[in-house]
Amino acid sequence: MMLMPDLMQPVKDLAAIATGLSVTFKNMLKPPVTEFYPEEPVHFEARFRGVHVQQRDESGLEKCVACFLCAAACPANCIYIEAAENTAVQRISAGERYAKVYNIDYNRCIFCGYCVEACPTDAITHGHGFELATYDASNLVYRKEQLLAPLPLAESTTR
Amino acid sequence: MVAYLLITLVKCLVVLLILLTAVAYIQLAERKIVGRMQSRVGPTRVGPFGLLQPAADAIKFILKEDVTPDGAHKFLYVLAPMLAVVLALLSITVIPVGPIVHLFGITTALQITDINVGLLFILGVTSLGVYGVVLAGWSSNSKYSLLGSLRGGSQMISYELALGLALVGPVMLAGTLSLRGIVEAQAHLHWFIVPQIVAFAVYLTAAFAETNRVPFDLPDAEGELGAGYHTEYSAMKFAMFFLAEYVNMITVSCVATLVFFGGWMGPLFGPALLRALLPVLYFVAKVCCFLFLYIWVRGTLPRFRYDQLMGFGWKVMIPLALANVMVTGLVVALH
Repeated sequence: MMLMPDLMQPVKDLAAIATGLSVTFKNMLKPPVTEFYPEEPVHFEARFRGVHVQQRDESGLEKCVACFLCAAACPANCIYIEAAENTAVQRISAGERYAKVYNIDYNRCIFCGYCVEACPTDAITHGHGFELATYDASNLVYRKEQLLAPLPLAESTTR
Repeated sequence: MVAYLLITLVKCLVVLLILLTAVAYIQLAERKIVGRMQSRVGPTRVGPFGLLQPAADAIKFILKEDVTPDGAHKFLYVLAPMLAVVLALLSITVIPVGPIVHLFGITTALQITDINVGLLFILGVTSLGVYGVVLAGWSSNSKYSLLGSLRGGSQMISYELALGLALVGPVMLAGTLSLRGIVEAQAHLHWFIVPQIVAFAVYLTAAFAETNRVPFDLPDAEGELGAGYHTEYSAMKFAMFFLAEYVNMITVSCVATLVFFGGWMGPLFGPALLRALLPVLYFVAKVCCFLFLYIWVRGTLPRFRYDQLMGFGWKVMIPLALANVMVTGLVVALH
């Protein structure tokens, strides 16, 4: 009885090798996961945290009400906001105030997503943009106009 | 006489050309297949599907700086890669790829030279191959190279015994050392793999070790030794070691096909031309299966530890091969 494990060991070893070989063979038949990035678009998961997008509501108004919660939540301190009052003539957001200036400094942003979590109006979100590379660091301070979601088509033609 | 020389010369050139192309594309196939096994795609940039990658690699090898380290033994340092590649190419000369053919009024064997101790010749030449490894490691004045060559030397010598002993069984069954004779003894599907399955298992394992391939790639274990015995080599000298490794791979695959899988034997059918071509195709297909096995194993198994390697070689492989020789001898004697 004591000898049994020793006698079975070579068989087990061979079986292990066969298992390993079958794993690699099966994997060989599966399509590779490689993405051909510059030639083909990149595949993202929905939750990917890329360059921020400032959302608009259904009527095309900006969702941001300049509450500064995102700037407060930001651990990298990269969000700069200047608020202004909405008036009857110039209504930018649905709330009382709107962000006159809303800059995100991508030199500092760590894409942690805390700003998105903090936002009470779901105005600031992560998009899937990632091609931020530039030769001049000052280009990395993105302004509100660069971050805003495009206007719905009907809205943009009537304005 | 002139005709004989001319035919031999043509055969040499054809074999060399096919062999070098084959090496280049086996290497590409290896990168592609191992890539797919790891969910990658392998080379795709040079030419369609990366098919011109070998050409790009060749250009790179030729153009790279040829470095000789300080303190290297110049003569042996240059000699070692030459030795490796020449011995690798030499052993392919006795490999027959098909039966004797009658073409344009000439009767010739489909091999460069048919010597009656072909198998012995291959064993002899491949055992000289260890000199390339040892000299390379010693002459390049580098600790990694030296350690790699020490490992390589002892590994190749140890596994050569098992390799040679494994081939004794089929040789006894065939009653000849001529590779053509061994193949002809396996006509009508009497492949030696069936009675010599143990010998085949030993041969296959020893062949992996003999060619320094995964899982026995200790002489060039990247993690520990840089690149082992060819750490200090660059440009074409490195390419020569590379070439030698892949040619050796082809050689041991050819020998496995010839000795255990009936060489070019297979069902013949169709018109005369097809009948003439089929044996060569069978041979190439069988060799390709072995080459795929090499690549497959490379993509799967981890490397042996050095003591495991030696223990396995001396305590398992050689006793198994010896037992196989004795049993085969007994059976042959009783018949």
